[in-house]
Amino acid sequence: MTLSDAGGGRMTARTLAVVSAGLSQPSSTRLLADQLAAATRDELVRHGEQVTLRPVELREHAHDIVNHLLTGFPSESLRQVLDDVTGADGLIAVSPIFNASYNGLFKSFFDLVDADALSGRAVLIGATGGTARHSLALEHALRPMFAYLRAVVAPTAVFAAPEDWAGGAVDGALRARIDRAGRELADLVRRSAPSDGPADPFALTTSFDQLLGGQDT
Amino acid sequence: MQFGVFTVGDVTVDPTNGREPTEAERIKAMVTIALKAEEVGLDVFATGEHHNPPFVPSSPTTMLGYIAARTERLLLSTATTLITTNDPVKIAEDYAMLQHLADGRVDLMMGRGNTGPVYPWFGQDIRNGIPLAIENYDLLRRLWREDVVDWKGKFRTPLQSFTSTPRPLDGVPPFVWHGSIRSPEIAEQAAYYGDGFFANHIFWPAEHTRRMVGLYRQRFAHYGHGSADQAIVGLGGQVFMRRNSQDAVREFRPYFDNAPVYGHGPSLEEFTAQTPLTVGSPQQVIDRTLGFRDYVGDYQRQLFLIDHAGLPLKTVLEQLDLLGEEVVPVLRKEFESLRPAHVPLAPTHASLRAAAGGGGDNTVHAVDDVTGRAPEQAR
Repeated sequence: MTLSDAGGGRMTARTLAVVSAGLSQPSSTRLLADQLAAATRDELVRHGEQVTLRPVELREHAHDIVNHLLTGFPSESLRQVLDDVTGADGLIAVSPIFNASYNGLFKSFFDLVDADALSGRAVLIGATGGTARHSLALEHALRPMFAYLRAVVAPTAVFAAPEDWAGGAVDGALRARIDRAGRELADLVRRSAPSDGPADPFALTTSFDQLLGGQDT
Repeated sequence: MQFGVFTVGDVTVDPTNGREPTEAERIKAMVTIALKAEEVGLDVFATGEHHNPPFVPSSPTTMLGYIAARTERLLLSTATTLITTNDPVKIAEDYAMLQHLADGRVDLMMGRGNTGPVYPWFGQDIRNGIPLAIENYDLLRRLWREDVVDWKGKFRTPLQSFTSTPRPLDGVPPFVWHGSIRSPEIAEQAAYYGDGFFANHIFWPAEHTRRMVGLYRQRFAHYGHGSADQAIVGLGGQVFMRRNSQDAVREFRPYFDNAPVYGHGPSLEEFTAQTPLTVGSPQQVIDRTLGFRDYVGDYQRQLFLIDHAGLPLKTVLEQLDLLGEEVVPVLRKEFESLRPAHVPLAPTHASLRAAAGGGGDNTVHAVDDVTGRAPEQAR
C-alpha cells in the first residue's frame, strides 16, 4: 500500500510478518523473533518507512495447521494468518531446532504455503536451541527450504543459544547479529516493490480461447 | 428446483461395529438408495466414478441403465464422470445409449478426478488435468452434435469421418454440468458453453463455493447465455438427521471421526461450522439449506451426500425418508416462492427438446452399398 505524506512525497507502509514456532510460553524463540522484528522495523523507520508488524505465534494455530493438512483447507483464522504471511513485504521466520532441524510445527506451517507464494520475498531466518552446536541447522535446514520457495534470504541468519540470553550477553554478540540481520532484511525490503498482497486462488488468469488452444498457462 | 442424492460409492468399515460391506452389498445398496430416492419423491440420483479401491462404481452407465429400468421418473446423473481419463468417444457412446434406454432421464457432471495414480492407468498424467478436461469435453460436445466428426487434438488419436452411435435421443445431447471445487478454469469452461456448474460444497468451506459460483455467473453473462442470475447452478450438501438434533450428533460422530477425507482431523463441531455439513434435526437442515441461496443466489439443483463413511443402508434409507417426508417438500416450496420468474429451472431432456423445436429421429444410417450414400448425405 502506498500512502502520500503531507509534503506530497511518497511514503510506503511496509508489513513484516513475524512467524515464531516456539512451543513453550514464554518462549525464547518468540523473544528472538520479536528482537529481529524490532531491529528491522527500527531500520526501516530510520529510512522514513512506516512499518506494520504482524506477529504469528504458530502454537496458537497448531490444531488448525494439522486440520488443514488433513482436510485441504484452512480455518478462517488460519487463512488470515496465511494471507498475512504471504502478503507481507518481509518475513521473519524463527524456529526452535529439534533433532538437528526446524521443528515439525514450523515445517507443517510452511508446507501449507503455496510454492510460489513467497517467490522473491525478503526473508530473515532465525533459530533457537539448547546448545550452540545446533546453530548450523539454520544453514542446512531453514535456508534451503526458503531457497526452494525462491525467497530472498538475508545473508545473516541469527541463532540464539542459552548462553546468548545469559547475564549481559544480550548486549553483546547476539545484539550485534540481530542488528546486522535487521539491517539486511530492511535493505532487502526497501529494494523490493511493495507486496501486492496474498494471491487470489480464484482469480481467472487465462481466457477460454487460450485454454482451448492448448496454450500453456 | 431439483433435489436428489449423490454417492461416492465408497466401501468403508462401519466404525461402530467393524463391519465392512462386500462390493456386492455396496453395489446393491447404491441401487436400493436410488430406488428409494424415487419412492420418497426426490428428483435425481447421481453416482460417482472411481477406478480404485475402496470405491465400487467404475462403470456408471451399467448401474444407471439398471436403475433406469427399475424407475419411472428419477433423473440419472453422475458425480462425476471423469472427463480426463475416459475416452470422450466412449463417454459420447455410453451416455447416448443410456439416454435412449432411460427415455431421456439422463444428464452428466464432468469432473477431473484428483487421484494422481489413476491417470497413468488410463495413459494420462494428472498434471494435464485441466488441458485434458478442456480438450476432451470439446470433442465430446462435437460427437453429440455433429453426425460426422473429423478431429485432431493433443491427447487422443485423430478421428476421420467418425460417427458416434447411437446419436443422442431426439437429436438432443444430455445436459452437462461441470463440477469443480476451486479451479476457476472449470467455472470458465461451464460459462463458455452455457452449461451448468456444480459446486462440490461438501468437504470445503462455503467461501470456495461463493467465489466459484460468482465467477461462473459473471462469465456466463459475459459469453451471452443470459444474465448472471440465469446461469445454471448446482450444489452439493452433506446432512445427517434425526428428529432430535442431539441424537443426530451422537449417532453421526463416530462416522464423522473416522470418515475418509476429514476423519481424525477437525472436530464435528469445527467442520460443521466451517463447511456446509449439517448434523441435526430436519428443521436445521431446512434452515441451513435455504441459507445456501444467500451466497450463491437462486440455484437449480441440490444434491445431498448421505451414504458414505460406513453408514449402514438401513440408516441411509431412514435419511431418505426424512428428506422425502419433511425436508424436500418444504425446500421445494420455499425455494420456488423465492425464485424470480426470469430464473430458469434446470434443463431436462423435455425442455431441451422443446427448445430445439421438438427434436426428431436423428439416426445416422450406414453407407448404403447400393446407393453409395455416405453418412454425410444420409440425414
